Amino acid sequence: MSETQEYVPSVIKAEEMDPKFKYKMSKMYGAEKIMLCFQCGTCTADCPIARFSGFYRPRKIARMIQLGLKERLLSDEALWLCSSCFTCVDHCPQGVEIAGIVRALRNLNVKEKGIMPLVYKELASNLLKGGYVYEIPESRHKKRTEQGLPPLPKPSLEDLAKIFEFTGSIKMLENVKTIEKVKS
Amino acid sequence: MPKPKYLIFLGCVIPYRLSNYEISARKVLGKLGVDLVEMPEYNCCGYPMDAINHDLMLTLAAKNLCVAEKQNLNILTLCNGCFCSLNETNKILKEDKKLREEVNNHLKEVGMEFKGSIEVKHLAHVLAEDIGFEKIKDAVKKPLTNLRVAQHSGCHLVRPAKMVNHGDDPENPTLLKNLIRLTGAECLDYMDETECCGNPIIGVNEEVPFQMAKEKLEHIRTVQAQALITVCPFCHMMFDMNQPRIERAFNEKFGLPVLHYPQLLGLAMGFSPEELALNELRVKPSMLLEQT
Repeated sequence: MSETQEYVPSVIKAEEMDPKFKYKMSKMYGAEKIMLCFQCGTCTADCPIARFSGFYRPRKIARMIQLGLKERLLSDEALWLCSSCFTCVDHCPQGVEIAGIVRALRNLNVKEKGIMPLVYKELASNLLKGGYVYEIPESRHKKRTEQGLPPLPKPSLEDLAKIFEFTGSIKMLENVKTIEKVKS
Repeated sequence: MPKPKYLIFLGCVIPYRLSNYEISARKVLGKLGVDLVEMPEYNCCGYPMDAINHDLMLTLAAKNLCVAEKQNLNILTLCNGCFCSLNETNKILKEDKKLREEVNNHLKEVGMEFKGSIEVKHLAHVLAEDIGFEKIKDAVKKPLTNLRVAQHSGCHLVRPAKMVNHGDDPENPTLLKNLIRLTGAECLDYMDETECCGNPIIGVNEEVPFQMAKEKLEHIRTVQAQALITVCPFCHMMFDMNQPRIERAFNEKFGLPVLHYPQLLGLAMGFSPEELALNELRVKPSMLLEQT
């Protein structure tokens, strides 16, 4: 698909629209007020990412949810460009938590499509293995001692494994397909 | 008054690559009479997992909160991201009984229960609220009166506004500015101060964060600030560690030293650059140090 085609989306067909999708979304934490969006565009106007991206438009995301364009939303990689700065949340005159909605869509993307950017898979795997989202090398631990810093506490890996299990995160990581980089 | 006592929550990125923030914060807080206690155990605050699984984020954050509840101590974070996830989780689990029950069901399996008995504060809040401006001013032995700096508070110190109850205005934050002024340095206003650094998406896309940071560096250059002051490891990495890459990408030269706030305060309190690990900064602050 060329870039110009992405600016002018293909015609929306009635059968693409899931009229129940907005109700499903409004039950997800953070997305409760999606129906209150009246498309003023404050979120996009004040979004630091939208200023530099040709694709990421929070106002459009809110409208697509209201129209029930679930499949289009979940196949749009631009979802992963939100930096969760919460400017949209603080500025929305209707109290719609746009960043919460984007988070809910990302969660849904992982859960239903099994897709996430590679970086999240790496961070989650490190966390499960060592308790931190970055693998802290032995040299770092040694340097802490040299610098007079207290040793890092040992995270309980057994407990972490359980938490990953209960929250469905083990399964989530096993079957996931990853996106390398998202174009802007 | 009893000494303020806090559990220090380091998170992941500070021990991974920004020890200088930790070193300077411990020095400064120690001198100001804050008793720092190590977390007996902890894991990632949960913030990076929110995008892929909100339940996982909540449970990870709540587990850390439970560890602190057991110690009966409030948490002090150095990182805006850790503050965001721990503070928000603490607040919503205190208010939402149903959600608390769900999270506690997970936590039961690891022998823990969220009770909602502690508070979470960022370093900046502890400095302003527990130590106070007067006491910090008294501790300044070498005022940095020749220095003109700019600040970047970072989003999660002030947003989302309804989650952060520390009185700062997210549209015009003044907390860090006032803390900087206590050191004797001048804190300059510049264009679009509240814009995000861009770091949270650098793992999925570099172009946008680089443009965001470059624009910020340009605005700071315009007002001729000699340094940028941050209180978040992610914002710091964006402007310090990535600065040479941004310069190369846009064929620009900024050479702007980026200091963690406790490094600036530490200099004013009379600590040496070595004691504050200033040598670990990517952009060397040698010009700035000549003026202090």
